[in-house]
Amino acid sequence: MLEKLKGLVDSFGLPRTIITSFFVFVCLLAVFLGIPFLPLISDMVVRLGMNGIMVLAMVPAILAGIGLNFGLPLGVLCGLIGMLTAIEMNLTGFPSFWMSLVIAIPLAVVCGIGYGWLLNKVKGSEMMVATYVGFSAVSLMNIGWILLPYTNLELKWPIGQGLRTTVNIEGRMKWVLNSWGRIQIGSFHISLGLLLFLAFWCLLVWLFLRSKTGLAMKAVGASRQFAVASGLNVDKYRIIGATLSTVLGAVGIAAYAQSFGFLQLYDAPMFYGFGAVAAVLIGGATVRRANISHVIIGTFLFQGLLVVSLPVANLIMTGGNMAEITRITISNGVILYALTQVSGGQ
Amino acid sequence: MSKQITNAAASQTRRTKAIQSIKNFLSDNIVTIMFAILCYVGFKLSGLSLMFIVNDLVNRVGRNGVLILALIIPVLAGMGLNFAIVLGAMAGQVAVIIVIHYGWSGIIGFLAAMAISTPVALLFGWLTGHLLNRTKGQEMITSMITGFFANGVYQLVFLVLVGTVIPMVNPEIMLPSGIGIKNTLDIGRIKYAVDNLSRVTFPTAVLAGSVGILLYLGYRFWKSRIDGRVTLTVVSVLTPLIAAGAMAFWSITTMNSKSMLNMVRVPVVTFLFIGAVCLFITFIASTKLGQDFRTIGQDLHIAQVSGINVNKTRIIAITMSMVLAAWGQLFFLQNVGALNTFAAHEQVGRFAIAALLIGGASVSKATIGQALLGAVLFHTLFVVSPAAGRQLLGDAQLGEFFRAFVAYGVIALSLGMHAWQKAAESKRKNR
Repeated sequence: MLEKLKGLVDSFGLPRTIITSFFVFVCLLAVFLGIPFLPLISDMVVRLGMNGIMVLAMVPAILAGIGLNFGLPLGVLCGLIGMLTAIEMNLTGFPSFWMSLVIAIPLAVVCGIGYGWLLNKVKGSEMMVATYVGFSAVSLMNIGWILLPYTNLELKWPIGQGLRTTVNIEGRMKWVLNSWGRIQIGSFHISLGLLLFLAFWCLLVWLFLRSKTGLAMKAVGASRQFAVASGLNVDKYRIIGATLSTVLGAVGIAAYAQSFGFLQLYDAPMFYGFGAVAAVLIGGATVRRANISHVIIGTFLFQGLLVVSLPVANLIMTGGNMAEITRITISNGVILYALTQVSGGQ
Repeated sequence: MSKQITNAAASQTRRTKAIQSIKNFLSDNIVTIMFAILCYVGFKLSGLSLMFIVNDLVNRVGRNGVLILALIIPVLAGMGLNFAIVLGAMAGQVAVIIVIHYGWSGIIGFLAAMAISTPVALLFGWLTGHLLNRTKGQEMITSMITGFFANGVYQLVFLVLVGTVIPMVNPEIMLPSGIGIKNTLDIGRIKYAVDNLSRVTFPTAVLAGSVGILLYLGYRFWKSRIDGRVTLTVVSVLTPLIAAGAMAFWSITTMNSKSMLNMVRVPVVTFLFIGAVCLFITFIASTKLGQDFRTIGQDLHIAQVSGINVNKTRIIAITMSMVLAAWGQLFFLQNVGALNTFAAHEQVGRFAIAALLIGGASVSKATIGQALLGAVLFHTLFVVSPAAGRQLLGDAQLGEFFRAFVAYGVIALSLGMHAWQKAAESKRKNR
């Protein structure tokens, strides 16, 4: 019996098992404490759509053999520039959202190619280099946010130089996806627009992974030696993986920000990568293996846990930022666990 | 005729050799040289007085020195830059909170904090060491994530568990609800506990430094007489001798002038402690243990084959680093005089590592000299960049962002270059 259980846990993945049981436990606690559950579920679904694409960005990077893409802030910065520019052009509603993507994606492609080229030079230490490339990009853009020639007063501080720390996008692109096809049943609501947007990008990645290029990329990620032997250009496919990941990061932040209602500039993008990495790992991915179901399951579990634990923690404990503590411990704990599984130790 | 040609050729090769060695020196120290230039330009732009900068620098190097030195041992042992010194800093903060809770003050309070932080740091070091042994080859990312993870646990303990699970009542340092520690603690009780034990003017300290160099030279001379393996070259004697002479001359003339530098007061005991840590690291490096560190640093497998207990030695290296970091954080806090309970440790790893790298160290090589030079350069940049930003671009914030970028950028650059070399090397091997 115990053997069987152990086998089951192994096949399901230890982090996924622990987080799932914890999630179920907290959900039961919420019901037990009489917290209205339907709004919580609605929130979870919204959070899934909000964060899903940024988590999806991990898949091409992992499959191309780059590993966990801690350099996600690079794509996020491209997305932010896209949205800021769309507002600067004084667009509103859907046009502003599409324009953000039209600007952000080519930018992300350029950044992604450069990023992929760099990662090819540092094979074996990608994760550490990527983390610090992301950090430096964010801190470089801190200077950029002050110096870039935006003029719209919604973006700039009323006095002094530079862009605001948080830009309110109310009346611009806020909730363009969330309010499209929004279905309300009692206290439960679901927005088809947001979910369709996520589904569209998932489908795109799914199709790509089954294309000739996608299959070649997976082969490169699975075994570099084998790929070289079969005549594949390893570096090229790794660049494709990095680029795709960066583009998804840019699209992901757009979906996130339109739902959140604010653009967070300056130091805020620094840690987006860690949340996304943790989510995909919770979903059952490893440093070498990932697919779209990992993304959906992981995002739902991770974000769901955060959504439910907030009211529960507030009821049980007074004071203390329990949701933040949960987020930090779980996300980093899961990443640590994944790192110990890379080489298996000696 | 032919002799002339060979002579000419010899002088030609000698010249190219000299050029080559200058080139090598430049390319090996490019980061440090760039920073020295950057610091000088920033100093000129900032318009700050030399006295102000030296005063700030003495403070900053004094309080950060031990933290930066704490990074050296893991680098020797091939474990890269130890981002997990954040945990050591946390151990120091745990001790400070306990000391403040019991109301101990002054040097007694500081020594108590040192005593309390040591076992905590030992435990953290032991745990981190085990974790890093399971993630060989990915030590740096693991140590960094460990720092983030520990931050979550630290918050859990000091925001939630204190006052609920851990019985503690102290309205002075706890939140009004009785659960959790306040965001900022006034630790005036141990402020300057070590720094103010004894202070001398800056020129006096420089004079003492020159005497120290002479003493060291004397020791080397004595060693070379009794131990045949230590040999002295003209350069290795003359350079420190000239430096010591110049320092003594400068300090004596400054002492007798009306220079503002006579107002700068150097904390003697703090710098003596930094000196002691330097000696400790030098001593460790010369023992069998230090030899093992270097063997492991060069090649794990060779170390294993030659009978070194690799895992245990690595744990020792990381634990030493952790204890030094805990003490380093204590020196930092006693100088600052306030504890930012939930943020004071967060920057520790990044700033210390950036400083070490700016001094010319790399992921696989670090010396005491590089640590000290890096401390001076990095903190000069820290002092001058906001003022330079204001003068140059009319915005002090830009200068602050610039120095943050520099800290991140130099780490990224150094990691990237190291990984690049490593990848190129393994490519060569495979061929």
